Amino acid sequence: MFSLAGRVALVTGGNRGIGLAIAAGLAQAGATIVIAARDAQAGQDAATRLGPDSLFIATDVTSQDSCQAMVRATEDRFGRLDILVNNAGITRAARAQDISLPDWQSVLDINLTGAFLCAQAAYPAMRRQQAGKIINLGSLAAIFGTATAAAYAASKGGIVQLTRSLAVSWGADNIQVNAILPGYIDTGLTRRAEAERPGAFDAKRARTPAGRIGRPADIAGAAIFLASDAASFITGTSITVDGGYAIQL
Amino acid sequence: MKDFFNAKAALVTGAGSGIGRAAALAFAAAGAHVGAADIAMAAAEETAALITGAGGVCLPLYADASKAGHAAASVAKMAAAFGRLDIAFNNAGISGGRPGKDDFDEDRYDSVMAVNAKGVWLGMKYQIPEMLRGGGGTIVNMASIAGLTGVGALSYTASKHAVIGMTKAAAVRYAGANIRINAICPGAVDTPMLARATAGAAPPPAGTTGPMATPADIAAAVLWLCSGEARFITGHPLVVDGGILAG
Repeated sequence: MFSLAGRVALVTGGNRGIGLAIAAGLAQAGATIVIAARDAQAGQDAATRLGPDSLFIATDVTSQDSCQAMVRATEDRFGRLDILVNNAGITRAARAQDISLPDWQSVLDINLTGAFLCAQAAYPAMRRQQAGKIINLGSLAAIFGTATAAAYAASKGGIVQLTRSLAVSWGADNIQVNAILPGYIDTGLTRRAEAERPGAFDAKRARTPAGRIGRPADIAGAAIFLASDAASFITGTSITVDGGYAIQL
Repeated sequence: MKDFFNAKAALVTGAGSGIGRAAALAFAAAGAHVGAADIAMAAAEETAALITGAGGVCLPLYADASKAGHAAASVAKMAAAFGRLDIAFNNAGISGGRPGKDDFDEDRYDSVMAVNAKGVWLGMKYQIPEMLRGGGGTIVNMASIAGLTGVGALSYTASKHAVIGMTKAAAVRYAGANIRINAICPGAVDTPMLARATAGAAPPPAGTTGPMATPADIAAAVLWLCSGEARFITGHPLVVDGGILAG
């Protein structure tokens, strides 16, 4: 029903966590996977595990040149680009009054500007094909304020608006652009935050109606759906995948 | 594909036409045992015939979604026929008429709220206990982009806001019991209901992906919400509108 056979999917930050789970899910649905990430060793390992056709491309999403080279390398190898998943992201835990300018800047550069640069780099290929799917990873931090991640929340709020604007801009080219807003997910990123400030996992679990923290694989199903023909009339929207967290007080 | 909903019992209300029929056919094609409920029994039987003709399993059900006895009977008949209820798509709905012209037609307000809002509430009232008995389930309620904006006749817009509100409240209540409850918010969909409502009127707003969704576009999203692929999603109003709300 949600087959991606014959499609080429590029996943930024696809070497671990949610990105790796999405890459694995898209691969399972039949897509050929390109992983773009900074960490060459982890990226190469992930691509190797995903199968012989998978490709790793060392990429810095904050560099326009690097994003364009990423798309060029994908087209050189596979002749097309059908699906772009803008997943690469970081956070820097700090109270708002303590965030340094370089930290603020790097979070915005990777999470928001990076998604924009990758989408802009992918657009010519998708326009030529008159078909494309762009999936941006937001966060519940796009909906709620957070006391220790103002830069992250601002970047993810930006993702929701970037998603709407790209959907409107490129709809006539049959490119659908949507966002996934994961709830609290058990990843390296949240585990590091938990190690620094213990208690978040328990607090999030207690507030989640489903009674558990999310797993990276929970997010993959939304990406498969949004990348498939079954979602061809869905664009510009954000899907929360959060066990009901966002609708609870 | 055939085993996607292998032998799951799925109840679809308003299954005699439009989105409901498309969803019933899609659930059956994906292996579900379908109950096709409609106030027009002949239409429900036609849907059932289409499904059984294609090798699927379908039980036609006569039901006025606004009547408690009918909602209860539909669930009881599903349990009797299939032994369980895993999926419910509370889709039955009626038009609020012309915005402006019919906004303050009191009879229409009462009937629209009775079917679109109370009908969903009655559906959940009887479906949830049966799902609890079976250890869980998943429900999708038919809302609309009129549940998120001010488009549409007053009664219709009110009913669809109500659907989204009760979907969220029910989702919070039953998430711990392994029942996921979501809403779907189509924009303009090429259905008999829309054709009747807009006959002679201005066409509905077009999104970026084309003028109108097909019933199958909406059905695909409903099936996904009911599948394991959406296992961590509950209380979400999924917008399927071709980008109307985005811009």
